[in-house]
Amino acid sequence: MPSTNAYSASTPETKPQVTPGVTLAERGAKNTPNSTKLLVEDLNFYYGKFHALKNISMEIPANEVTAFIGPSGCGKSTLLRCFNRIHDLYPNMHTKGRLMLDGYDINDRSIDINLLRARVGMVFQRPTPFPMSVFDNIAFGVKLYERLPRREMEERVEWALRKAALWDEVKDKLRQSGQALSGGQQQRLCIARSIAVRPEVILLDEPTSALDPISTGYIEDLVNELKQDYTIVIVTHNMQQAARVSDMTAFMYLGELIEYDRTSKIFTQPRNKQTEDYITGRYG
Amino acid sequence: MSDSGRSETSSPLLSMSQQEGRALARHGLMDRLFKNGTGALAILVLVLLGGIMLSLLISSWPALVTYGGQFFTENRWAPNQQVFGALPAIYGTLITSLIAVVIAVPVSFGIAIFLTELCPAVLRRPLGVTVELLAGIPSIIYGMWGVLVLAPLLQWLSPTIFPTGTGLLTAGIILAVMIIPFITATVRDVMNTVPAVLRESAYGVGCTTWEVVRSVVLPSIRVGMVGGVILGLGRALGETMAVTFVIGNNLFFSATLTGQGTSIAALIATQFNESTGVQRSALLALGLILFLITFAVLACARLMLKRMQRRMP
Amino acid sequence: MQHSNSLYRKRKLLNRTVMVLCSAAALFGIFWLLAILATLLWQGVTAIEWSTFTERTRMSGGGLGNAILGSIMLTLGGTIIGTIIGVGAGTWLAEYGRNAVLGSVIRFINDVLLSAPSVIIGLFIYALVVLPMGHFSGWAGILALAVIVIPVVIRATEDMLKLVPDSLREAASAMGAHRWWVVVRVCYSGARAGIITGILLACARISGETAPLIFTSLNSNQWNFFDLGSEMPNLPMTIYQNMTINSFIPRQVELAWGGALILTLTILVLNIIARFMSRDTNKR
Repeated sequence: MPSTNAYSASTPETKPQVTPGVTLAERGAKNTPNSTKLLVEDLNFYYGKFHALKNISMEIPANEVTAFIGPSGCGKSTLLRCFNRIHDLYPNMHTKGRLMLDGYDINDRSIDINLLRARVGMVFQRPTPFPMSVFDNIAFGVKLYERLPRREMEERVEWALRKAALWDEVKDKLRQSGQALSGGQQQRLCIARSIAVRPEVILLDEPTSALDPISTGYIEDLVNELKQDYTIVIVTHNMQQAARVSDMTAFMYLGELIEYDRTSKIFTQPRNKQTEDYITGRYG
Repeated sequence: MSDSGRSETSSPLLSMSQQEGRALARHGLMDRLFKNGTGALAILVLVLLGGIMLSLLISSWPALVTYGGQFFTENRWAPNQQVFGALPAIYGTLITSLIAVVIAVPVSFGIAIFLTELCPAVLRRPLGVTVELLAGIPSIIYGMWGVLVLAPLLQWLSPTIFPTGTGLLTAGIILAVMIIPFITATVRDVMNTVPAVLRESAYGVGCTTWEVVRSVVLPSIRVGMVGGVILGLGRALGETMAVTFVIGNNLFFSATLTGQGTSIAALIATQFNESTGVQRSALLALGLILFLITFAVLACARLMLKRMQRRMP
Repeated sequence: MQHSNSLYRKRKLLNRTVMVLCSAAALFGIFWLLAILATLLWQGVTAIEWSTFTERTRMSGGGLGNAILGSIMLTLGGTIIGTIIGVGAGTWLAEYGRNAVLGSVIRFINDVLLSAPSVIIGLFIYALVVLPMGHFSGWAGILALAVIVIPVVIRATEDMLKLVPDSLREAASAMGAHRWWVVVRVCYSGARAGIITGILLACARISGETAPLIFTSLNSNQWNFFDLGSEMPNLPMTIYQNMTINSFIPRQVELAWGGALILTLTILVLNIIARFMSRDTNKR
């Protein structure tokens, strides 16, 4: 299986640059471009007895957009969810192998899972606004680890909403329920909510599959904006979307990483027959 | 943003500001407190059940030891002679509940079918709510109404069957009125779980409403219906205030349907505060018997409803 | 076609008959409610004067003021204690004990307690509280009523929390929120209306309960201002005593009807408010 030889040359042993003791909030911007942000080493994942991810190894560069594509059930969402250990919420799921963030194993026992999740944000397939006001939706994550005076909190909320290109639409509705917004607005609200805690990595799990084309366009523009400050991993069903927004693309099939390379390369000269078949629409 | 007091560890995932560290510690502590606290409260439910059984057993022990098996066979309850037999009360409890179920079941099913199949959509909700509100009226009101309106009415209708208007049958009728809303609500809810497609396809081959109900709706909810009926029965068995006023409080056993009698709950309610010593213990023993009967009945009903729910996702 | 025509007519006739019977059953049901309400109004309205609310119960004349006040205290006390325990236990069942064996055992026992005879609960608190203390008390009454409230609130809390989609829990966890905070901030705000409905229904139910008070709080014809250590006057017991041991005094019977009317109207209003709340939730 050509699963390990497809990505760039740096070896897993090379520790990426680490700035010790930097706070959550400061970090985002400190990524050195093109350094490795997330490193996956021989990762295996099991749902009970089902072997869902098989020997995945890859490097995800900082401040770039990496897309996971592949047919339904290929394990792309499963892999994404490993990055902030959402699987830990459920019993009977376990991982083998290493998953490193900035060179440190996120499955290590000394890692606080909640702090990890604060630094690796996630946006889901269907919008998940909490049953509270727009303002409180954004403030929810911020209040977890920071105690901000009212004024600063308002600034933070506005900053996050502006980043998510939602401010102009909701600035008069901050006290209304987040669930009263339209689907596309809800999804941008969820992105703003993730940004507000200033994570380093943002995981997007098919963020536009429940949205109309116009809202999808907004979100894709947003992803392009955000990669300047964040490392972004996006799972998508839509190959055109992967081609439009991502710098790197990984093609997965039946729990294996088939090919991983620069997006331009994957879509023009895929090395693997399966990748080519998928991209040209022959199956999936 | 405070970032004073950075930790010295080298991993960025371990490093955190003091503020973050404090938040983590606080949330971690609350996490454990919350989980264990709510868990303890959940365990309390088991403790409650155990406590009810145990306290009734302990406090009824003197009577159970004194009278033994005689407690169940003695056919009268005569405190002034220190004779305590549970038979009249047990008989009264069972027979009034049986009468209630026999009357309530056809009426409840009728109402439930009316509500799900016949009722115009505009009226469905208000009528459903009205039936549910009947279930909310406290039982003492039913008792008062029974003694003031129903008993004289029955006496007027048939002085031979109801010489005084009160008695086991009157109590059974009052109980029926009380449990009709319960059974109706449960049956209506399970009837609503029958998928519309099933109904539509039966109508599609030309069935009349009744044929749809009889051959499609009712068979597919059999277990749930039985569960609902037994729930109503459980309610009737333990009912106190509605019965006490009209049952007649005859403490001698007689195997009649219309005569005066008593029930476990009525006997406890009327005698408990004037009782002492072994009489009080005997009343508590009656309470234990009632609890065991209702527990068995309710457990059956719940198991049946559960089996039903498992089949209907 | 003659034969099948007569068969069809027979089927139609049967259908018509059964449907008429069902409608009659429905009318019958409505008739009882109206009959009981009419009797109550007829008997009750004439008994209620201003002094009914301001004067205490006496052998001759008097009012129901102390009984109403006592009932409010008992009902509120029972509701508050029952709510605290019920919401907590229901939360555990829905959030932590969903797949545990212990969870299903507790759920089953709770379902049984939900319709356990209230007279038994009265006896239980008698043996647990009144016997050791040596006298009847308001506290005993409150505890007995709380035991009735607990299963109702547990059921409502668990059902409502289960309606909160798991995706919201995931989304909140994915931001680094600890489990308890997810429950308190996100799940409770989603389930609030339903839980309050359950609490109101439980409150309505205990405000009319008589049987458990016979052995716990008893009754009193004096004013009792918040002295929970002694016997607490209450409306259901007053009605009961006025209809039995005091029924030779016409004015007492009249007052009993007045009390019954007040009680029933209160309960109907509580029920209607509860149903309106649950309807609002369903709409959203």
